[in-house]
Parts: sequence; C-alpha cells; structure tokens
Amino acid sequence: MKKELVALTINGLTHELAIEPNALLLDVLRRDLNLTGSKRGCDDSSCGTCTVLVDGTPMLACTLLAASCEGQEITTVEGVSEHGSLAAIQKAYGDWGGAQCGFCTPGFIMAVKHLLSVNENPTEDEIRAALSGNLCRCTGYTQMYQAIKAAIDAEKQGMAMSR
Amino acid sequence: MNGDALRTENRELRTAMANDRRPATTDFSIIGKSIAMVDAAGKTTGSGKYTDDLSVPGMLYGKILHSPHPHARIKSIDTSRAEKLDGVVAVVTGKNAPNPFGILPVGHDEYALALDKVRYVGDNVACVAAVSESIAEKALELIEVDYELLPAYFDPEESMKAETGLIHDNKPNNLEKDYHHAFADPDKAFAEADYIAEGRFLANEVTHAAMEPHSTLASFEIDPHIGNPGRLTVWSSTQVPYYLQHKLSLVLEMPMQQIRVIKPLVGGGFGGKSEVIPIEIIAGIAARAARKPVKITYTREEVFWAHRGRPRTIVDLKTGVKNDGRITAVKARVVQDGGAYCSYGVVTILYSGALLGALYDIPNIQYDGYRVLTNKPACGAMRGHGTVNVRFAFESQLDEIAAKLNIDPAEIRRRNLLQPPCITINGLRVLSYGLPECIDQVVTRSRWNECKGKLPKGRGLGIACSHYVSGAANSIIRSDMPHSTVNIKIDRDGGVVVYTGASDIGQGSDTMVAQVAAETFGCSLNRVKVVAADTDLTPIDIGSYSSRVTFMNGNATLRAAQEVKKQIAAAAAKKMNCAPDELVFRNDTVNRKQLAGEGARATQAQPIVSGRVEGQILRGSLQQKRKDEGPKDSMTFEEAVVAAIDFHGALSGTGSYAPPAEARGGKHKGAGVGPSPAYSYSAQVAEVSVDEDTGEVTVHKVWAAHDCGRALNPVSVEGQIIGSVWMGMGQALTEELVWKDGLLMNPGLLEYRSPSSVESPEVEPIIVESIDPEGPFGAKECSEGSLAATIPAIANAIYDAVGIRLHESPFTPERVLAALRAKKNAKPLNLTEGVDPTAPTKFREHGGSTCFKGKGPQRHELDPARQAAQPGDTE
Repeated sequence: MKKELVALTINGLTHELAIEPNALLLDVLRRDLNLTGSKRGCDDSSCGTCTVLVDGTPMLACTLLAASCEGQEITTVEGVSEHGSLAAIQKAYGDWGGAQCGFCTPGFIMAVKHLLSVNENPTEDEIRAALSGNLCRCTGYTQMYQAIKAAIDAEKQGMAMSR
Repeated sequence: MNGDALRTENRELRTAMANDRRPATTDFSIIGKSIAMVDAAGKTTGSGKYTDDLSVPGMLYGKILHSPHPHARIKSIDTSRAEKLDGVVAVVTGKNAPNPFGILPVGHDEYALALDKVRYVGDNVACVAAVSESIAEKALELIEVDYELLPAYFDPEESMKAETGLIHDNKPNNLEKDYHHAFADPDKAFAEADYIAEGRFLANEVTHAAMEPHSTLASFEIDPHIGNPGRLTVWSSTQVPYYLQHKLSLVLEMPMQQIRVIKPLVGGGFGGKSEVIPIEIIAGIAARAARKPVKITYTREEVFWAHRGRPRTIVDLKTGVKNDGRITAVKARVVQDGGAYCSYGVVTILYSGALLGALYDIPNIQYDGYRVLTNKPACGAMRGHGTVNVRFAFESQLDEIAAKLNIDPAEIRRRNLLQPPCITINGLRVLSYGLPECIDQVVTRSRWNECKGKLPKGRGLGIACSHYVSGAANSIIRSDMPHSTVNIKIDRDGGVVVYTGASDIGQGSDTMVAQVAAETFGCSLNRVKVVAADTDLTPIDIGSYSSRVTFMNGNATLRAAQEVKKQIAAAAAKKMNCAPDELVFRNDTVNRKQLAGEGARATQAQPIVSGRVEGQILRGSLQQKRKDEGPKDSMTFEEAVVAAIDFHGALSGTGSYAPPAEARGGKHKGAGVGPSPAYSYSAQVAEVSVDEDTGEVTVHKVWAAHDCGRALNPVSVEGQIIGSVWMGMGQALTEELVWKDGLLMNPGLLEYRSPSSVESPEVEPIIVESIDPEGPFGAKECSEGSLAATIPAIANAIYDAVGIRLHESPFTPERVLAALRAKKNAKPLNLTEGVDPTAPTKFREHGGSTCFKGKGPQRHELDPARQAAQPGDTE
C-alpha cells in the first residue's frame, strides 16, 4: 500500500511520518517512532496494554488507525513522567507493588491518569470500574488500588507543599 | 521405607535440628523491608525493554504457518510460490533443522517445525522471514501443504485405548508415562479406617495467559576469521535461558559456547516460558537461512496454542480416616490429558503424587498416575506445577469427611499436622513448617469460629491448605553441578556488581539478589548493580521455575557475597589492627564491633559523597597518607574496598548452591520429583455467596496466610500471595480452555475469561515466617504455594453457602445450577440444547480463531471423537 504523509502530535512533539493509510497507531508508535512503552498483548483489543490517551480519552492504539489521529494530542506512557522524574502514580506503582512483570503497567498508568483527570478522589468501586478495561495477570489488582490511593495522597501533599 | 525405621530416623533428625538451632537474627537493614523493585521505573515509564521492543539493523519479521488439522501426516510442502513473493527472504520447514528436542531428557519428541506429522491444531509447520509482518502473512497463504488426515484423540481415557494411529509411534496406548507407588501398607490402613470417602474430581484445562506474548529475536554475527555467520545471539522471553542455550545447540547443531541467550524483561511466565517453546528455535533457524536477524512474536492465539498449561486432570481419590479425623491412608488415581508432546509431563504426573505428602501426616499412600497423549497443544508446567488439581480434590474430600464426622474443617486439618523436622512416608524432608500458624491466622482473621455456618443463606466460608516446593532438589538434567552460581565483583569505586543467572520474570528476583548482596555488605541498595540472565556474562543458573530462585540463587548470592566480604574484612582488619570477625558492615561503613553505634553516627555526620571523592580522586595520596597515620576504628565501605583491592589485587568472589543430599528424596522410581530443600505452606479461608437463581458464585474475600520462611521484601511477598490466590480464583470460577474437535474455542483473553478488576475479590495476605534453617536469611518460596488452596477453599465455601459439592472446576453458573437442581431432584437443564458440537462456528459469535477465519478443522472419518458426535447427539 502506498504510504502517505501524516503529522502526529505525540507527547507534545509533532512528528511528520510517511505511513500506510491502514497503519495502526500502535504499530506506528512502536515501529516508526520506537515508543515501545505501549505494548501489544492480544489480537482483539481485549487486554488494554496498548492504552494511550487521545485528546485525554483512553483509547486502544491496537485498533486505532494512526492517520485518524492527525490533529489530536496523543499521550503515551513515555509522556507521563514529569521533567525527567517519575510522576506520583509511577512512583507509587513501584513502591506498592502495582507492577510485577510490568507488561500491562503502561496501559494501567494511562487508564489511571485518565481516571484521576476526571475524578480527583475516586472511591474503590470507581477505581475498579476504571481499571476493568485492562487486564493484569500478576497482581490480582489489589496492590494497584493501594498504589493509586498513595499517588492521590502524594499529589495532595505535593500541592499543599507548593502552596 | 517402613514406618518404624522412618520414626527412628525422624527422631534423630529432630535431635540434630535441636542442636543446630541458631538464634534468628532480626536486626537487618535491607532484608525484611518493603522496597520497590530495582527495575520498577523502567516498567512504569515504558522505558524497560521486553523482547518484542527490541530491534536490530536489517531485522526481518518471522511468521509461522500452523497446522489446521489435529493429527495428520505431511505428504509434501511446497514453499516455492511463497519464496518468490517480493519481500520474502527465507522460508524454512522441518527439513532445515530436523533434530528433536524437549525440555526433559526423556521427552525429546518435539520438532521446532514439523518433520513428518502434525499433532495438534496449531502445530508449527513452516516459517517465513520477510521484511514486514504483512508480507510474511501473505507468503504463508502461498505455502501449499498436502496432508493425509489421521484419527485424532481428544479425551485421555479414550486415547489410552488406542492401538493404532498412535500420536507418537514409540508410545503404546498413547501413554506418555505411568507411575504406580505404594508407601507403607495402604490396603491394611484402609481396612483399619473407621470411615472412607471416595470420589471423582475433574479439573479442566487452564493456561498461563501471561500478558506478554512469547517473542524471540535471533541474530548471527559474521565470524571475522572464516567470513561466515558464526556466533548466534538470541533475545527471548524465557524463564530458562540456559536450557534454551542447550536446546538451540541441539537443534541447530552448534556448540553451546557459540550461542548467547539474553533474557530482556519478561512480561510474566507462570511456567509458560519455563521450557523451550518452538518459536525460540524457529527464530534461530529462520535467521540462519535468511542470513539476517529475525524476530518472531506470537499473536495471542498462537500463545494459546503454545500453551504448556495445566492439564485437564481426572482425580479418583479415596481417603480413609479414624473417627477422630486422623487420616490413615490416601489412594489417588490421576489421569492427565497431556496434549501432543511430553513437555514437562513426566514431572507433572510425579508432582501430583509426590506432593500428596509433606502437607499433612499421611502414613500410607497409594498413587497411580497416568500421563496421556492427546491431539491438543502440549500441557506443561503452570504455577503450582502438578499439585493444584490433586489438592483441589484432596481438600474438597477432607471437607466432606469433616462434615460427615461432624468435625470442624479447620480442626480436622490441625489433627493431621506433621511433626517436623521429619521425613514423610514418601521420602520428603520437612524442616520449617508454618502450617499450624497459617491455620490459626486465617481462622482468627476471618472470624471463622463466629461466622462458619452462621452467615445468611447463600453465603458461606470455606477453608483449605496447600504447600509447594522451594525449588526442586533434583535438576531435570541429572548431574552434580550446582543449581545456581553467582559471581560478585567490586571495583575501586565501591560499586558492587552481581552477576546472576536468575531470570527475573516479574517476580522480582533481581531485587532479591540486590537485597541479599546489600545486606551482606552492609551497603546501600543503590550501590548494587545486578547483571542477570545473559549466558555470556552470568554463571549458570537452571532457571526460574519450581519456585527455586529465592532459595537457591539467594543462597548462591549470599555465599558469593560472604566470600567477598571475607576478603574485605581481612584487609580492613589489618588496617584497623583487629581481627576480621570483630568488624561489622553496616550503613556503608566497616566498624569495629564495640563501636558499631558510634560509627553509624559518624557516617551521618560525614556524607557518603566525601568518601567517594576520596576514593576516586584523591586515592593514593591524601587518603593513603591519612590511613598510614595509624589504625582507625571505622572505615567507609569505599576505603575498605580500596584496602582490599590493594591487599588482594582484585576483589571478586563466587558462590554456588546445590541442595543437600538429605533433601533429595527416596530411592523409588520417580523419587526425584517432589523433594525440595524446603516447603512453603498456605492456609486460606474464602467467603463466597451463591446466587441460587443464576448459579453465579461471587468471591467476596480471601484470607490467605502463607509461610514463606522469611519475607525478604514484604511488599513483593504480599504481591505474590495475592497474585497466586487471584489466579487460583480464576481457575475456580471462570478460566477454562474449551475444545471442539481439537480446535480451541476461546483463544482470546476475553473469551478465556481471566478475571478483571471488577470480578476480583479482596485478598488479605498474611505473612507467616517460620525462618527456614537452610534458606537465605530463612526465606522460602512465596509465589506458587498459595494457588492450590484457593480452589478448594472456594469449593468448600460454596458447600457452606448452599450445600452442594462441586467436583468439577471451574464452578461456572451452569455447573452450579446443575448441582443445585440435582440436590432438589429437579430435572437437569440442557443449556446447550440445539447446539451442534460438530459445527464449531456456532460457538464463535465473538472472537475465536483469527487464524482459521471461522473454519473448523477437517476430521478423519475414523476419528473416535467424530463418531461420538453424530448429528442429533448433543451431549
């Protein structure tokens, strides 16, 4: 298939790329841009390891045409850390055992990032619902809830300190 | 062994242990503290590299052609059209590498690519290496394979009757292996029993479904002396880099030293990557033929075919007890549906029998195990290897006995405890034994005594126990080599580099190794770098399986660190004018014992950075001068290291671990499987509710106490306990591989129904520390032992809730409803009425095979499964 030029804005930077019109966002991220943080865990958009934010909404990059994202802000897990340091949620996932093998973690981080952007103080049920589109096979999810609560607390403390 | 001799031996063992009991140290600086894994940041930022994240210049993509038939002879393969497709560099078939391999020395029955026969739907036939995955996929369609269909076998008990059309010509009756063990006198013991329970239990097939699909990248480098491809480097998602190196050597006919296997981050294993999967060799074959690097990554459907999961298991179990609940004898007949190849099968069927022992005191055991071949993907090792399904049967039956004899289910377990240290009737040595405390903990935390049998209708509590090895005491390749070896080197910068073959697959073994080294040197954790699982750099370690890594690699790390520490201490003692054993290593300093407290304060006042500046820049002048001025009472770690390097010339050390002879088991045939230097113990209580209208079971909470010896990193231990319980719950309630005519009906993560966050219960992990005398800092395993107890705990809770005994897992709404109706003597509902099992497309409204596009496999007309499923015969 003949390639076409597209301009994709990923983690705040615009990349001009020649891609096949049917190229999936996940393949473009992983193969063309070497942003391998987003993973491929299944064939049929059932696992959530490829979750990215498109204009702030969590989307599965494995079933999204890259060309359709032109003009939108794409955020991948590589765009979550702040000023070269771990974001609160990333630090908390490490400290609380939210990541074991880590393969599903980028997808979860994106799902949590979206959750906290729309709901600063989610209940445990709200957290469970927000994470239910992502599968993890190591943790049984429990330590993720602890990590998310710790990250919320850390953010609050950080804000209090900066005031 | 007879009972009397065993009792004498156990008495001697107890005396010896009592004399050897050293006080347990609890004053640790890093051991026992919850810390983030050393590779956590790479995982949470996406910068960590898994195999499929890697690429090398000129790399091609490989795609594999799979068999559409469950059992067929390959008459011919024509790859010429595929080879001509633009962008295709090489097409390889079985002829490119015809040597058989297999993980067990007795089970070399697999070919990377099929040679003359395919034995399951999904078996590997050919591989295309091309410039892109889409071209490779196109090329697969151009490969023409002429098959001659053969009768296929899908049910193990049917398969065992086969006399012709065998799956492997050298395996009569399609029987991979059978074992028949009798310990002490089971017949006599059953005769003496007051009550005997008997029943058939069935556990359906489950798979690992690790989130990372298998991936391998193989690259040859050109030998400068001969000008041709020479050394091979393989990056692979593996739990066993050294076994992979060995099997690659066998199949590719290359010396092992010409092959380097590197394990990048691995996205979960659970046993599914604990043996050499064909893809890992196919990548090497394709790279050799293409003369370019080749990467192959399985699709999720291919991962399901690669499988090696827990086999469908039929357990016929008989338990004899006295009226007080004491077990007199156990008899188990176990049939495992092993799939088309041996894989770990011989070990699995042995574990099922061997680990009837070492949990409770069972004086008489009879075991008959049959590992049967069928035309389905090979089963292998999965978390709790071989023990889980038998434990489901045993703990369920024990619950039935308790109900019959009117004994509390927790109490009947207490009445059958072992009296360690001891050797069980089947030759397993048990030293540390935290099971009694585990039972006490879950009984207390779950308010068992107050709540059992008193919860509202439809809600109930169930208890069960389990255990697992902390590493197999005998390697699968019989030899006297150590199971783990670790090297440590320290340079003048005071940085500790640990070279370990331990394969971190997400469980945190790199972190464990770093903790053990840092604790031994009394240095901070960020001083320690771990170089792991690279066959060129790290000494041999047999891999991450049978929960062996903390115990064995941890011990090897400890010994290597102690050896290096001894060298440092000798040099430092000289500088301080004292004996080496007067020194204490703590807080990045080396102090004389009586001054340990002061030294720690001195370090705080004098930041580490000054030490590093001295060590690096002013070394040899100022620092040396000051040191020469006279003996000191305290040195920084760097100063001590520099002194040691000056004194010894270099600073490095090696430690290795092999299980002690006493822990290696008995002498009977098959005695090699089951023995371990230490066993972990678990007790669990599950609280469930059952909807009597829909048959749906909800697990509300599981209290899980696990004896891990000592928790080196509590947050990781809890994570492993929760993960095990959760995976056990998946097998108990939803997970099941569904087969029709040898075709997997649910090869997707949604259809396989691994539980999501909304279906997962609260799990309360409770760490019990029995401080094992031989474990590193007393540690044992924590990653597998808890899984097996969850399934029977849930089954027993369902009985408490609604009074039905479920003998087949998973406990789906259909099975629960059927049991509820049977209890009320109501007519069974046929929920699949009108569905034709010979038309598998009807089962696949969502998902299903993306490879065969909705077409089921063709069947041989003599196929027994075909005959059984005549039109109109819906059951």
